[in-house]
Amino acid sequence: MEFLRPATWAEALAAKAEHPGALPIAGGTDVMVELNFDATRPDYLLDLTRIDDLDDWSPDGERLRIGAGVTYSRLITELADRLPGLAMASRTVGSPQIRNRGTVAGNLGSASPAGDAHPPLLTSDAVVEAHSLRGVRHIPITEFYTGVKRNALAPDELIAAVLTPPADGPQQFAKIGTRNAMVISVTAFALALHPNTGTVAAAFGSAAPTPRRATDAEAFLAAELTDTGRWDSRAELDPAAVTRFGALVAEAASPIDDVRGTADYRKHALSVMARRTLAWAWNDYRRNQVRTCA
Amino acid sequence: MRVRCTVNGERQEIDDVWEGESLLYALRERMGLPGSKNACEQGECGSCTVYLDGTPVCACLVAAGQAHDRDVVTVEGLADEGELHPVQQAFLDAGAVQCGFCTPGLLVATHDLLEREPQPSDPEIREALAGNLCRCTGYEKILDAVRQAATAKAGQE
Repeated sequence: MEFLRPATWAEALAAKAEHPGALPIAGGTDVMVELNFDATRPDYLLDLTRIDDLDDWSPDGERLRIGAGVTYSRLITELADRLPGLAMASRTVGSPQIRNRGTVAGNLGSASPAGDAHPPLLTSDAVVEAHSLRGVRHIPITEFYTGVKRNALAPDELIAAVLTPPADGPQQFAKIGTRNAMVISVTAFALALHPNTGTVAAAFGSAAPTPRRATDAEAFLAAELTDTGRWDSRAELDPAAVTRFGALVAEAASPIDDVRGTADYRKHALSVMARRTLAWAWNDYRRNQVRTCA
Repeated sequence: MRVRCTVNGERQEIDDVWEGESLLYALRERMGLPGSKNACEQGECGSCTVYLDGTPVCACLVAAGQAHDRDVVTVEGLADEGELHPVQQAFLDAGAVQCGFCTPGLLVATHDLLEREPQPSDPEIREALAGNLCRCTGYEKILDAVRQAATAKAGQE
């Protein structure tokens, strides 16, 4: 094994082009577990922690550009007002020690269906900015996850940043696990209301081979809110519609039985989380405020 | 490969480090610093918590090569000239140490908490220590120790 320590992004891209099998490592919270348990022995480790360019986030037109090296801890302290859904999900990642090292880009690189960042990235139509010596590619998040722990990156590409618009309405995130810290989600759910466009975004993790949008549920709820004039009236939700929304979210899932939970439980939990997060988000909307999380 | 870093204020230079090796292994097996404990090797237990450039991390999840040119502080570096740090003294006084295996990680995590938040609430303590597992104490004595350490530190300042 060789340990590559590029000092610049250009060097990193050159190294990845020369050694497409090189395993990028930043926070190490996934990669080191694989190494410690002898699960992987790449020929090259590509350490990205020396590249300062990756550690910044900044506004980029209508969106925020979050560098691949920005940790969950920094997302929580610096971006919770603009990205409340992603910040809520970040708070549920591991422990303080893990959040001090782990990154959203690492979640994307691993592409585990259980990654906590995926559902809020899906609900905000994030874009993955992938770089290689060949150029820059913007990959819509819905096209990024291609299978269990598989993603759309080419072998010579590295994730430079994630582009995501700031919240334009209430956002929520919920996750089921056996305790409050250090759990891989049994299943997780994110919701974003977009009052400006009259649309709804809903996505879940750990309940299909990839993180996934619940498009039928989204369309149903958006039509319900529009047809009943509730975006304007901000009236209380119809309980039957809330129940239907939860059922449609569960229908979108195709989970498996595993050590963390059964498929039936995951579907049930998703319907409950969908109803609850909708109630929270709608309460925020009725109070005319965007929840920035507790 | 060769790794150079500063550990507890002293320059360290170690050779023949395996490229896939963790900082925890390098600390314990190559630098003679066994304070940080090796248990889960997957970031779950927090027993190997150290400061890396001032930030608490699990040393088992840092590649040794990533510590090159960085500053590391382990539990061995908390005490000042042979005198226990108030956090360490509080853990002893409160009886928060039983088998002692989780203690080094909890000391570093508590040290960091009190640097950031000198008078933490109970929920803040629980959140800060959520990544450190203890099988002996049931945590009550550990919470006592953190409160006592906060009081002791406030008295010192």
